[in-house]
Amino acid sequence: LSETKGETKYTCVVCLPRLPRVAVCGGTHGNELSGVYLVRELLKAEKKVMEKEEEEPLSVLMVLSNPRAMQQCRRYVDTDLNRCFTHAKLNGPIPDDAPYEIIRSRELNATLGPKGNPEAVDLVCDLHNTTANMGLCFIAYSDCDWICMHIFRHLQASTNNVPMRYIHFDVSNKESYSLDSVGKHGFAMEIGPQPHGVVRSNIYTAMKVGVQHMLDWVRIFNSGTIFEGGCVDVFTMIKHIDYPRDSETRNITAAIHPQVQDRDFCLLHPEDPLFQTFSGETLRYKGNEPLYPFFINECAYYEKGIALSLARKRRVMIPAIRVQTEQQQQANKQEFASEEEE
Amino acid sequence: MSSCNNSACLNEARRVAIFGGTHGNEMSGVTLVNLWVKNSAEIQRKGVETKPFITNPKAVEKCTRYVDTDLNRAFTPENLSAPGGDNLPYEVQRAQEINRIFGPKESPDAYDVIFDLHNTTSNMGCTLILESSNDHFNLQMMHYIKKAIAPASCLVLLNEHPLLKYSTSRSVAKHPVGLEVGPQPQGVLRSNIFEAMRVILKHALDFIELFNEGMEFPPCTVEAFRVLERIDYPRDANGNIIAMVHPNLQDCDWEPLNPGDPMFQTFDGKTIHYHGSGTVYPTFINEAAYYEKQQAFVTTRREALVASAIRKV
Repeated sequence: LSETKGETKYTCVVCLPRLPRVAVCGGTHGNELSGVYLVRELLKAEKKVMEKEEEEPLSVLMVLSNPRAMQQCRRYVDTDLNRCFTHAKLNGPIPDDAPYEIIRSRELNATLGPKGNPEAVDLVCDLHNTTANMGLCFIAYSDCDWICMHIFRHLQASTNNVPMRYIHFDVSNKESYSLDSVGKHGFAMEIGPQPHGVVRSNIYTAMKVGVQHMLDWVRIFNSGTIFEGGCVDVFTMIKHIDYPRDSETRNITAAIHPQVQDRDFCLLHPEDPLFQTFSGETLRYKGNEPLYPFFINECAYYEKGIALSLARKRRVMIPAIRVQTEQQQQANKQEFASEEEE
Repeated sequence: MSSCNNSACLNEARRVAIFGGTHGNEMSGVTLVNLWVKNSAEIQRKGVETKPFITNPKAVEKCTRYVDTDLNRAFTPENLSAPGGDNLPYEVQRAQEINRIFGPKESPDAYDVIFDLHNTTSNMGCTLILESSNDHFNLQMMHYIKKAIAPASCLVLLNEHPLLKYSTSRSVAKHPVGLEVGPQPQGVLRSNIFEAMRVILKHALDFIELFNEGMEFPPCTVEAFRVLERIDYPRDANGNIIAMVHPNLQDCDWEPLNPGDPMFQTFDGKTIHYHGSGTVYPTFINEAAYYEKQQAFVTTRREALVASAIRKV
């Protein structure tokens, strides 16, 4: 490594373990339909392909995460499945009448995990839609997971017509709560704008192409190709802002201002219009630094008290990477085993 | 309706209702009606009693379209006279209650006008929905509104189709007016959509006030789109959808669809074309709530509706 002006420049290639098992999950929220229909299609296609694949080095698991919510075309039945994957919620006793999604999260953890365990799948790609005008976003807990960031760069390079961003939630592994945190690597692929309960062909196609490129990248990575380093613009979530609400009823008293609506990732400056009350008054952004808004007017976040989220942007250098050789992988395993003994 | 000097003479519209939350997740109407229940100054007009009303409070509370059954299909004669009280589906109970307060449907005691506020995920802009081509009062109102908001547009959808017509909440009134504004996702409140609906209602109430004051409205022509047929998604043998609205058709409400034009795109990328006998004007394209009603869009044809002159009795 060499450091120049605060930027870390990598002069070597980082070797990372092979990724033999990938999971593609749709319907984690039952009304986010691109992922639902895409995984259904992939499951259908898989049935046809199964006969001819003998030595497929990559094992791809297609999962419909929340079938009951999908059946009712709702986000969730009892509780948001995508908040059920903290270590605390995955372990410990649960009552017989536990919420459906708590039971389901443990099933998914058994199939794709266990979270934190060497048996876990290597990569989880969890498919989501948003009503916000976000284009295609990767949402990840890390800004130094080179696998996820290289996949992102590969998609960016392969796609012209869809704006793409990498969003980072700075949450520790212990506190991470979403399905993608179950795999050794993971990210959510979030595409909008699409109303819940609707599949838009352009959004579906963007997701289908995104998943295809991701799987291609994993195969190419596993085969030994070196991926050159470079940089990724990372949006790190700083805070959420709620709607102004009536103190008694908690009903919202203003809507996202027309100048902000649909302007995800357009820099918001202090004193910019932010909300418009129902009596026509403009409420302004009162933060003290310009930040990048996203998840602007996401339907599911009204009940979570989020009108929009705000991020800082910074350029992150990523190193060149390639897959570990058999030798390196063996050495790693032994090291891991002896660490465990200690 | 009586005729005097070539004008249709109609009773004053004294009792007007504004319904929001007929579908609990269509937020513009819910928000406007809640606002007006708290403070009705904006909707007051001389000589008119205007009542804002949340029709499906349980669905609004859960932010869902309906609890047991679609309220906006529930006002059938069978439902309105069904015995069973508390054992009836929630929305059937609500329909009976609404019919008591604002009806009875088809009786002289029914409210004069009901505006029913809706949103759609379809790119329909502002749409006024008419249930009868013989309702000259409504036709004149819609003509007035269209002129008032020009150059902004507000289109008229006529659903008089014997099979596709349905028993709406507003059908309790003598003059039912549907107001549909989109595109807006369910459960979301967009400022521009909210304001557009508010402006339409303002003009509608202005029209009623002017009419009640004695203004005569000369004969006029209203361009409308008449519902022809409902087109479902292509499905497999198990009833699962196998194709999506084609990118060329998505968001193209009210634009001509010609025989041979792309209509659907299968999940593996093939195009399915429209093979009707002539050009139609599709609308309600890709409305979320209609997946379960077997409707990808409806076709319409353009028609000029003639409204007689009207004035109050």
